[in-house]
Amino acid sequence: MEHFSLIATREYLNKIGNKSFILMTLLLPIILAGITFLLSFLSSINNDTSKNISVVDNTGYIFQKLQSSDDITYDLIIDSSLDNAKEISRNKSDYGLLFINNFDSPEEIAESIMFISETSPSFTVLNKIESQLESILTNENFKILGIDINQINSSKIIINLFQESFDGAETTRVDGVVKLGFGFALGMLLYFFIFAYGSMIMMSVMEEKTSRIVEIIISSVKPFNLMTGKIIGVSLAGLTQVLIWCVMFSIFSYFFTTYFGISASSSSGEMILSTDDADAISSFALDMISAFMNLPLTNIFFAFIIYFIGGYFLYASIFAAIGAAVDNQADAQQFMLPITLIVIIGLYVGILTVPEDPNGIVAQIFSYIPFTSPIVMMMRIPNGVPLYEQIISLTILFSSVLFIVWISAKIYRIGILMYGKKITYGEIIKWLRS
Amino acid sequence: MSNILSIDSVSKHYGNFTALNNVSLNIREGSIFGLLGPNGAGKTTLIRIINQITMPDSGKVLFDNTPLNIEHIRYIGYLPEERGLYQKMSIGDQALYLAQLKGLDNTTAKSELNKWFEKFEISDWWDKKVTELSKGMAQKIQFIVTVLHKPKLLIFDEPFSGFDPINANLIKDEIIKLRDNGATIIFSTHRMESVEELCEDIALINKSNKILDGKLDDIKRRFKSNTFEVGVDSDNPDVLNKELESRYELTRPSFRTIGDNLKVNVKLKNNQNPNDLLKLISQNSKVIHFKEVIPSANEIFINSVEND
Repeated sequence: MEHFSLIATREYLNKIGNKSFILMTLLLPIILAGITFLLSFLSSINNDTSKNISVVDNTGYIFQKLQSSDDITYDLIIDSSLDNAKEISRNKSDYGLLFINNFDSPEEIAESIMFISETSPSFTVLNKIESQLESILTNENFKILGIDINQINSSKIIINLFQESFDGAETTRVDGVVKLGFGFALGMLLYFFIFAYGSMIMMSVMEEKTSRIVEIIISSVKPFNLMTGKIIGVSLAGLTQVLIWCVMFSIFSYFFTTYFGISASSSSGEMILSTDDADAISSFALDMISAFMNLPLTNIFFAFIIYFIGGYFLYASIFAAIGAAVDNQADAQQFMLPITLIVIIGLYVGILTVPEDPNGIVAQIFSYIPFTSPIVMMMRIPNGVPLYEQIISLTILFSSVLFIVWISAKIYRIGILMYGKKITYGEIIKWLRS
Repeated sequence: MSNILSIDSVSKHYGNFTALNNVSLNIREGSIFGLLGPNGAGKTTLIRIINQITMPDSGKVLFDNTPLNIEHIRYIGYLPEERGLYQKMSIGDQALYLAQLKGLDNTTAKSELNKWFEKFEISDWWDKKVTELSKGMAQKIQFIVTVLHKPKLLIFDEPFSGFDPINANLIKDEIIKLRDNGATIIFSTHRMESVEELCEDIALINKSNKILDGKLDDIKRRFKSNTFEVGVDSDNPDVLNKELESRYELTRPSFRTIGDNLKVNVKLKNNQNPNDLLKLISQNSKVIHFKEVIPSANEIFINSVEND
């Protein structure tokens, strides 16, 4: 036991002190933040140049209701023919010219409005103009028909079906996006952990083997303790890395939001009945938060930790065995390939089947197979998975972990002292039989 | 004297390959024991069994008269033939780590290490990395780590490889000192001159079988052919040569001397006495050289393996 903690501690300190590890830990968030910052900065520069649009309004009421915004400024040209207006607009080097003819009915007006520009206009600008015009003309229509807009606003009913599962325990209001997104994020996180830290273990085992220090260590330590100590040490280093990332990300996002303000979309034009902007944003955020709060969070939390431990140990021990069996990294590839394939299959099955039906038969089967269950099950759990299914899946997973660790330890024990021989699958099977 | 290690009918197979076949050995406490054999004979397998790295398929190993168990690990120090150190860890840190793995606590390990580092005059290496050291320097560290926890049984597999003659001597002296302080040493090597110099007992393993073991002196006695090297400055060498030929079996001389005019190896039959030979050659000649041919460990090794 004291060996075990010695080994884990050394492994941990060694990883933490490793230059590339430190670099990776510090640089990744900085790079990500840098990219996000750069993108937002560039797009804000892009938006900075306000687009000037000349308007010829023959109706006499539309222009007053057009609202200039940060990126679009409307300019009225009075009493002008189309040709004249074109000339004026071009001389002002406007972004474009909006030409509105006068008719009796708003429908006819709508059909005759023209937008003339030098270059083909940006999609977002067109969208904004269109939705503003739609809103103005619709309101005009209401007026003509004698309908009180305020009455419409106040009488509008918004329905959000209040859902409850049959067991009544959870009141899960559907917000599929949040559930799927959250599930995918968890699945991807597991995938990332398994590979990043699994291959770290493999490298560490290979380092001990090729430097031959393992010959010295192995006379004091049981191979099994050496292997598991290593796995624990690396996982602790990984957790430290993730913790640092969490802290850095929250610091960055704090600066980010204070610097740029909340970067939620402000396409207010879509709201025909002109709901207040701020309200719309906050109600969207509230929806997200309430959807989030309605997720089975406790279940997700514990399931993530347990599946993480199971999945991590399953793959980490395989990686350790591979590292012990081979002499160099090139030889490791042939053994890495099937492992990578299995994990990617898990990932794809999750991505393809869970949105369709989280409790469908394929998703169910793959959340029982130990090699894919951590990823697929984590994608499913935000949608609610019966507890008994999780228990069965975890039982299978952890029995497999015991079995795989046992097998890996066997391969590790023999492989670690075997040099100069290109190892094949047949060879490994021979080791397992001995 | 009691045995610190008794190996009783140990066998080990890897698939169809027999690595050790029914090998029995006794190693006396406080002795230096030479474990010899050609490459691939099974020495490393035997050493790994003693270190509990591998388990024998059959047979027993007793350490201090108790069956080998996990507690014994701290009483054994093993310097493997294929040995290395962490490339990226400082010398001091990894020596400390390896010592702790052998069961020493941090403080003891540190003070013991300091003693050895001072003894070898390498105290300023503590913060260096292996990549900054020569092979011989790394070997010194490995030696220190092997003996640091004061094991009762030390197993050295080719301990002198990578050392220059001066450092090899330094290590040899340390090994003898360890033996004098009560440690038992198993010494596996292909350098027969160091076997000759250090070992009291030897065992020879060939093709997974033990083909020879015992006190080195006894083995030499068994292998000697009753042959004497004779070098004389004779008044009449031809006559003496004929006289010798008529009584003994002569072979080509296997030695080098100066100042003699007759050099020959003389093999005595069982009933013949070396004193009679000496009398004969000293009658009309000056005896320059007279010595019994004792087979070297090297000759014993080659002979036994080739005739096995």
